[in-house]
Amino acid sequence: MAVAQTNRLGNGGLIDRSAPLSFRFDGKSFSGFQGDTLASALVANGVKLVGRSFKYHRPRGILTAGSEEPNALVELRSGSRREPNTKATTAELYEGLEAASQNRWPSLRFDVMSVNQLFAPIFVAGFYYKTFMWPAKFWEAIYEPAIRRAAGLGRAAGVADPDHYDKAWAHCDVLVAGSGPAGLAAALAAGRSGARVILCEEDFAFGGRLLSDGGTIDGLPAAEWLLRTLAELAAMPDVRIMNRTTLFGVYDGGTYGALERVNDHLPSPPEHQVRQRLWRIVAKRCVVAAGALERPIVFAGNDTPGVMMASAMRTYVGRYAAAPAKRIALFTNNEDGWRTVETALGAGLQIAAVIDARPDISSAHRSLASKNGFTVLHGAVSGVDGGKDGVRKIAVSLTGGARAEVEADGLAVSGGWNPAVGLTSYHRGRPKWRDDIAAFVPDGAPPGMVAAGAANGDFGLGACLSQGFAAGAAAAHDAGHGGKAGTAPVADDEAFSVTPLWHVAGKGKAFVDYQHDVTASDIELAQREGFESVEHLKRYTTLGMATDQGKTSNVAGLAIMAAVSGRSIPETGTTIYRPPYVPVAIGAFAGHHRDETFHATRLTPSHHWAAEQGAVFVDTGLWKRAQWYPRAGEKDWLESVTREVKAVRSGVGFCDVSTLGKIDVHGPDAGAFLDRVYINTFSNLAVGKARYGLMLREDGIVYDDGTTSRLAEDHYFLTTTTAKAGLVMQHLEFCRQVLFPELDVQLTSVSDQWAQFSIAGPKTRDLLKEIVDPTEDLSNEGFPFMGAREVALRGGIKARLFRISFSGEMAFEISVPARYGEAMARNLMLAGKSFGVTPYGTEALGVMRIEKGHIAGPELSGTTTAADLGLDKMMSTKKDFIGRVMAGREALVAPDRQVVVGIKPTDKARRLRSGAHIIPKGQTPGPGNDQGYVTSVCFSPASDQWIGLALVERGRERIGEIVHAHDPIRGEDYDVELCNPVFYDPDGGRQRG
Amino acid sequence: MRIVCPFCGERELGEFTYLGDAKPVRPAADAGEDAVYDYVYLRDNIAGVMSENWYHGGGCRAWLKVTRNTLTHEISAVEPAAGAGAAKVGA
Repeated sequence: MAVAQTNRLGNGGLIDRSAPLSFRFDGKSFSGFQGDTLASALVANGVKLVGRSFKYHRPRGILTAGSEEPNALVELRSGSRREPNTKATTAELYEGLEAASQNRWPSLRFDVMSVNQLFAPIFVAGFYYKTFMWPAKFWEAIYEPAIRRAAGLGRAAGVADPDHYDKAWAHCDVLVAGSGPAGLAAALAAGRSGARVILCEEDFAFGGRLLSDGGTIDGLPAAEWLLRTLAELAAMPDVRIMNRTTLFGVYDGGTYGALERVNDHLPSPPEHQVRQRLWRIVAKRCVVAAGALERPIVFAGNDTPGVMMASAMRTYVGRYAAAPAKRIALFTNNEDGWRTVETALGAGLQIAAVIDARPDISSAHRSLASKNGFTVLHGAVSGVDGGKDGVRKIAVSLTGGARAEVEADGLAVSGGWNPAVGLTSYHRGRPKWRDDIAAFVPDGAPPGMVAAGAANGDFGLGACLSQGFAAGAAAAHDAGHGGKAGTAPVADDEAFSVTPLWHVAGKGKAFVDYQHDVTASDIELAQREGFESVEHLKRYTTLGMATDQGKTSNVAGLAIMAAVSGRSIPETGTTIYRPPYVPVAIGAFAGHHRDETFHATRLTPSHHWAAEQGAVFVDTGLWKRAQWYPRAGEKDWLESVTREVKAVRSGVGFCDVSTLGKIDVHGPDAGAFLDRVYINTFSNLAVGKARYGLMLREDGIVYDDGTTSRLAEDHYFLTTTTAKAGLVMQHLEFCRQVLFPELDVQLTSVSDQWAQFSIAGPKTRDLLKEIVDPTEDLSNEGFPFMGAREVALRGGIKARLFRISFSGEMAFEISVPARYGEAMARNLMLAGKSFGVTPYGTEALGVMRIEKGHIAGPELSGTTTAADLGLDKMMSTKKDFIGRVMAGREALVAPDRQVVVGIKPTDKARRLRSGAHIIPKGQTPGPGNDQGYVTSVCFSPASDQWIGLALVERGRERIGEIVHAHDPIRGEDYDVELCNPVFYDPDGGRQRG
Repeated sequence: MRIVCPFCGERELGEFTYLGDAKPVRPAADAGEDAVYDYVYLRDNIAGVMSENWYHGGGCRAWLKVTRNTLTHEISAVEPAAGAGAAKVGA
């Protein structure tokens, strides 16, 4: 049974008392209400200690009530949904919520590692660099694992995330960040003007500070105005208001990143729903109404549980009806802090004292104090007596030097307000200092973006409303919408005065960056050691580098640096702001791009048929290709592949080669165009003929190869390798559009339009006769080697038929419209049944091309020249072409280049492996005598042994030489003989027959 | 970043592929090795406004000449390459 909510106030707050929720924190049961965050529910249950600090394992409580929280980080949920470093201040409470504190062992109350505090002298700024310098190898083995155990954050789930994440685009005229008074007024003005508006609010409730502070707008209580305004916005068809959505980044061209926590407020997402959605929002204008963050004052013991930001304290009291303390002291240097006193008194809580650092305190405040029986002390808090059970006593240094003590169980602190300058600074805008509010305000915002209200340094409610409204109306106008915005909502401005106070001297640790345990003395040390620049300060002390990115600490840190280095705060400057504003899960960036949907999958036209045949598929780029077709009783892939090769070489087989890139080249200048992009000539190719072509990059290295056929005077059809299909299209379009615009030629990618099959083996013609219309002449005379033309198939479909051979056998490639691809595979099986037709996969294809010494991907490696591949004779000397001049460079025509050569092991029984280095026989392997490497290997049924291709220095001059193959990765060493790369049918009689 | 394709309208960066400086001109066939070397390898490292070749591969497959400020990513002009689109130059 959950314990009673000891610190829940009897009435008030925006919680639903009719909807109680039970939850567990560190295994203990508690209850809260719908509308609570985990933090507010913990406050309501009197829980003060929620975590241990990063370095010193100091007890920590809840500091804030928002996404800037540095302390109250928990592991939320369990098992595969365990989510470390979740801010209790933004985690919505749900029934059955489970959370655990982090960075403590064995328990939060008794943490062994808190002895780190005793070693504090070695954990000073730069301790990584100072302590663990030597010996170097101790770092990985000892220091780092030890530090990782001792210091740290929560534990990742360690298993795959079971939830789905989505990515979406949205477009609008005016994007508004924040739904406080300024944001709502901006959305109202822009919406009324007729603009398409998106408003993002990171909280689950709209209203921003109105939820905690109330106020009067247009004569109405804030809550009522809020309801009316939200209703008006909801009624506008082009206004979209999104809660639980944080605008986290600004990118070029008015593109914004936002994270919508669609179902984080539930134990798990409902079926078929996503957990989170990453939005990319394209907006013509953006109004940043992200508000301001209250900043702490640095004093000894300022991290004691029970010390809380003043605004957070009144949020817990006002919005959540939860009392962080019963007897509250306030330490403030500004007028706004006093509002917490008013809220606390209104809720019946006791005020112990107000410690105000300002010289003047208004008579209104003085009479409030005397009326409510608390003292007002001029001075500053210099120490806190307390521990993991919270604050007990507060030491005060009074102005003038005397000391005082205040008994309280909670201390509200207000050091002033920092406008949230993140979004406006993400394009390297440097915020500028405003003396009157002692804070940085936005400057140099990205194009189209403007800050309004507290985010712009104007904190009064009236100013927020009028500025937000004006910014919204102007943004709509700039985006082309001239509708009437009407009148702005009106409210009074509260007085705001601040006397800067950053650091109070005192005994004991005074924290600047709570999450990274950076103290005021760390900053002073950094300055003494010369790390004075803010960027150095940040990296040396790790100030602002934790997951909260220093939202509560950066300005205080650089103010202390300014003080110790004798510069002003604006002179000291800020570090560069970078997105994201809050941590964004990698899962949200990935969206659905994970596991089998990591990338698109392309299936060949005959894929489903091949799957029926039991084919084993291999990923080649985005494609799934049939690698081999195992048959019952075959013991391994090699047996299947060898059978397929033998079946082709002795009978007939077919293979789906539709993955090749296919491009139709049309136009009177098509031949001239191809002459410029290939090293050989195509303008003189006869209609009805095909020719192998090789193209270079402009730097003289081989780019791609393939066959090109001339189907008509002004129509060529070229193929590319599978890997380069898209890139060759892009390259050819560049040549056509940019380099040679004077040529009358058009390119059409038809890779997906044609299903293409290679049909190979001595019985190919017999099989084709069953498929092709009987009037087509397939004889050697009627359709000679390297012939290419359109033919009619039985049944009337037109196909393109090419007599080309990659296997070295009598072979054709046949193209049919892609929708007939599967039928073609089935028909080939049916028609070829009596010839023993055998489908073969990419492995058999590879075996046969290696046996023939044909080059492929491993040899077209982006480092080889035409001559390296033995194809230099193709290079025309009668025309210019891409890569011609650079191919003639000294090093590219050097006689000692590594060139393609065949290899076979001297021990016929040995298996070869790709990647082995070639070393002269008898030498010790090393970089000095590395003469090349093995590129492609296979077991050759024709040779009855393993064979391979290799790139070897001067290889062609060394045919017959025995060299050494050294394979350090697999630990293999053996001798191979360099040989002619054409192992099978070297004179090519079979393919011409 | 967003690029206004003259054929397709304003599109997102992911549809485009960047090639580089659009200024170098492919030398004539008889220009000699030095000129080609310069064309292939030597590039200005421009901090400011430059014209660049971009390919709209996720759209119309046009090559575009994009005038972009490398410091701010501001795009001030987008023109189709001379041979982009259906029309033959000079036809």
